Amino acid sequence: MAISAESFAYLSKMIYENSAIVVGAGKEYLVESRLRPLVAQNKFSSIEDYVRQLKATPFSTLHKEVIEAMTTNETSFFRDIHPFEAIKEHVLPEMIKSRASTRQLNIWSGACSSGQEPYSLAIMIREHFPMLSNWKINIIATDLSEDVLNIARKGCYRPLDINRGLPAALMVKYFEKQGVEWQVKREIRGMVDFRQMNLSGHWPSLPSMDIVLMRNVLIYFDQETKRGILGKIRRVLKPDGPLFLGSAETTFNLDDSFKRVVMGKAAAYRAST
Amino acid sequence: MRALIIDDSRAIRMILGKTLRGIGFEVFEAGNGCEALERLQEIGRADLALVDWNMPEMNGYDFVCSVRSKAEHADMRVMMVTTEAEITQMIKALEAGANEYIIKPFSKEAVVEKIQILGLIP
Repeated sequence: MAISAESFAYLSKMIYENSAIVVGAGKEYLVESRLRPLVAQNKFSSIEDYVRQLKATPFSTLHKEVIEAMTTNETSFFRDIHPFEAIKEHVLPEMIKSRASTRQLNIWSGACSSGQEPYSLAIMIREHFPMLSNWKINIIATDLSEDVLNIARKGCYRPLDINRGLPAALMVKYFEKQGVEWQVKREIRGMVDFRQMNLSGHWPSLPSMDIVLMRNVLIYFDQETKRGILGKIRRVLKPDGPLFLGSAETTFNLDDSFKRVVMGKAAAYRAST
Repeated sequence: MRALIIDDSRAIRMILGKTLRGIGFEVFEAGNGCEALERLQEIGRADLALVDWNMPEMNGYDFVCSVRSKAEHADMRVMMVTTEAEITQMIKALEAGANEYIIKPFSKEAVVEKIQILGLIP
């Protein structure tokens, strides 16, 4: 089911114009593999047939499905463990002291996909910080895709997903079996507020954040959009709050008002004042 | 580092063996718990054992109980790799001394991540 150059160019432009996500040359294989299930699901005979329909109709659910398919990422619990260790060993112990008077923490998991990252944070807090049990902990988790947010809200994972990155001791403590699936217990689900949000579009009002995780998402955007997003993060992040990016991402040459701070094996960014 | 893969399925041993060799382990194999204890006797020690639950002669749970009763294998990390997916079974294995648990079917990435959790690879 190879894709023609013309169809690829159309999809690349359509995805960019509606999400600012760059799908450049060489990513034909990715478009093909992500669109194949949609072609079958919508009963088209080929990708070309699908693209013809997309071109012939104004922006609709069909177009949204393509964008969502391109932005759904692989994820696992405690993915790239180092930022979680940094939050556990450095960030939260400091914040427990500095926020002792307000007893409130706002944590933002951006591009949370099917929920593994915010649930990992909630589990870590519950497991290692019993002293926070009477604090107001808001974990706000956002994603572009309503489909993945619905999966995230249910918190049900197949064995293939539950195996990924989650220590067995936490699995038996914070999950319960629902048939063959594993569901995050209600007490943990209740700690996370899932919201739809397009990072490259208009931002809804967000509380002032103590910690922001925006990992492995900037890579999808062009330089200008990355700068715009980092600028907006700077405005919602408290001055001493860390921003965690993916291990291959940086603010360097994009927004030099962020300064890199090493925390154990992880690096975070703080807006310098 | 040495890993012992204990599973009565040759196919599973092959899949796990390939993954473990890919991250630098020297791999040994056994088809059940009894064979695994013999293999440990021959090679002296292993850093990691990946153990199926349901096997002929000696099952994985009995293997875990057996090695945990011996001081010489106290440092060996043990990970169950099994279709047994009930929480009560998982707790039983962890209480007997298994360090980690993977439910079949699994991906290669999950195996590597669990070995990272065990602290055997960075």
